[in-house]
Amino acid sequence: MYRKEKSIQLKSSSAALYNNLSVLRPPGRQLACFSAVHGPSLSLVSATADGLGFCHRQLQAKEGGMAVSPSFLTQAAWCVLPSRVLLVLTSQKGIQMYESDGSIMVYWHALDIMEHRPAQAVFARGIAAAGGRFICVGTSSGLVLVFDIPPKGTNITVSEVLEQHHDAITDIAAELGQAPDGAGDLVTADDAGTLCVWSTGEEFTLLSKIPASGCTCSSVKLWNGIVAAGYGNGQIRLYEAATGLLRAEVNAHARWIYALDLAPQTGKLLSGAEDSFVHVWKLSRNPDTEDVEIEHCHAECVTDTQVCGARFCDPEGNSFAVTGYDLSEIFRYGRA
Amino acid sequence: MSARTLPLLFLNLGGEMLYILDQRLRAQSIPGEKARKDEWTDVDRKRVMNDIITTMFNKKFMEELFKLQDLYSKKALRTVYDRLAHASIMRLNQASMDKLYDLMTMAFKYQVLLCPRPKDILLVTLNHLDAIKDFVRDSPGILNQVDETFRQLIETYSCLSDGEFQFIRQTLLIFFQDMHIRVSIFLKDKVQNSNGRFVLPISGPVPWGTEVPGLIRMFNRNGDEVKRTEFSTDGNYVTPQREGSFDLYGDRVLKLGTNMYSVSRPVETHMSGSSKNLASHAKENIAPNPLAKEELNFLARLLGGLEVKKPGGSETGFRLNLFTTDEEEEHAALTRPEELSYKVINIEATQEPGRRAELSRILGELEVAEPRPASSGKGEDLLALMDGL
Repeated sequence: MYRKEKSIQLKSSSAALYNNLSVLRPPGRQLACFSAVHGPSLSLVSATADGLGFCHRQLQAKEGGMAVSPSFLTQAAWCVLPSRVLLVLTSQKGIQMYESDGSIMVYWHALDIMEHRPAQAVFARGIAAAGGRFICVGTSSGLVLVFDIPPKGTNITVSEVLEQHHDAITDIAAELGQAPDGAGDLVTADDAGTLCVWSTGEEFTLLSKIPASGCTCSSVKLWNGIVAAGYGNGQIRLYEAATGLLRAEVNAHARWIYALDLAPQTGKLLSGAEDSFVHVWKLSRNPDTEDVEIEHCHAECVTDTQVCGARFCDPEGNSFAVTGYDLSEIFRYGRA
Repeated sequence: MSARTLPLLFLNLGGEMLYILDQRLRAQSIPGEKARKDEWTDVDRKRVMNDIITTMFNKKFMEELFKLQDLYSKKALRTVYDRLAHASIMRLNQASMDKLYDLMTMAFKYQVLLCPRPKDILLVTLNHLDAIKDFVRDSPGILNQVDETFRQLIETYSCLSDGEFQFIRQTLLIFFQDMHIRVSIFLKDKVQNSNGRFVLPISGPVPWGTEVPGLIRMFNRNGDEVKRTEFSTDGNYVTPQREGSFDLYGDRVLKLGTNMYSVSRPVETHMSGSSKNLASHAKENIAPNPLAKEELNFLARLLGGLEVKKPGGSETGFRLNLFTTDEEEEHAALTRPEELSYKVINIEATQEPGRRAELSRILGELEVAEPRPASSGKGEDLLALMDGL
């Protein structure tokens, strides 16, 4: 169903971090950009669709005031807003926001150490553009910072701090399709496995909270009111965003899931895990019963690789990209 | 990243070091009566193992180790093991020390990578500690020290969540990133490919708490299961039998972290051929850091105190070679690729008076208390040498 295409070489290897691959495909342009966190730096590469031309860039994690210990990045993602695209990097020290090509840093937010308990690790993690106007970023203390992004310029401010999680945030996802009434348009996930569904706006409102089930939720996606969540025990679970009800449970992987992605035009779901497998699934809603359905489409074994990043490269899900721990390349797959 | 990682890194690497030293000392040992003055005997081997283990599990050392702190750089950690390996009468040339460190790190990298659950890193650590206890089973004093550390380990780590353990594991994996040194015993057992990357099996037991992949269940609004389907892959997984024990004594079930060396399976390393990625990674380590020496902190200085015990005169008699011949060792030293050099830093004790007083006090306490066995002639010579210093 999918076959392997030409890989893209990275200047440095990918780190074993959740959701460690981001893809940007500016509309109407062939040029696709990829980014993967190496550790203290981020590898950025822009490729033409035929994979012949490449442009590389490295962005460094910003050090704190005293450059005593190196800072490590935890995640990087492009945030697409109606007026602009920003590249957001999260680290142990704070949050860096760049123009989409990584050329200029437009904003820096240092993490407040005081907000964390003494024995707790300090870092930011979990990035999503939301509500056409905001960028939400999670922290290790469970807070979600909501940044108000102006159409242009550097006047970015923190408009709200969401305080519903008690464990480190792992991932944040905005609604990619059409949310049914009352379903909310943002979901946040944490280390304990708790999921919160929100409605974005001047003030964010908590709509439902799915309690932790003893397993980390490392990756989450929201589509047409369905929450797709990937867990440390290898399961994918689908929940109704509006009510928090469990609609499907998949024993998908034999190891910790590290990445999920969704193709909004078809409802295809991509999952990547430490077990070396990448799976493509299809989500749908039965029009009569309104039951949520999920079927398996394709399995890809990335030999001897612990997958840490997986993304669709187009909105239909006809192609996807994968990277893994210690790998200095991005594998690409396309519909045969 | 995680500030709880150093104890796990130190204890597991230390455990691997002891496995390798024990194997090499056995391989090079001569029966007591036949041994010349400069050859290894069983008694020497036990003394070296005891000395190193005593130093490793020193109370003050462990206290410092278990404090919340960032991981040391590779250079700093290598220096700590350099000191540790020289905590007794044994000497290692640079080439042998490099090889020892390569083996230690690749072995633990393999164990971290293949741990079914992040929490299983604790089981790997307990496997190492079980073996260390066996090395010193005839010395109740040292056994006590190891048990103390056992307790501290359980106390510190058994309450951490899976998410926190995964964060620790991710921190360790960043430390080991880009290391692809080929180890002969791994290549032979087909757990490592010729490009230096480890083989990740897609069969065997799933981690404890994970289901075998394949089942899809769908539920209606009332929570009733309405549909069930299955999918298949090339993977061939089975349900695990039981969970490993995290108690002081127990069956760990997991084999990772147990001793894979024996006299009949010597170890060699090959430097990884392709150097492109290594070069870029090495550059980051070499970048000047004004606070690099501060990094080589209390721990290394603590061990540094034992340099005093170095025997004077010819050192070749007590030298351990990790290669099969002296010529091989020399050749390895000359042909080691630049980017793989560890650039061990020489540390001098700080000049600050307050620190000096504290250090002297602690150095005094680090004297190995156990009486030395006086039976071997070599032991008496050593003591005489040290008296003369």
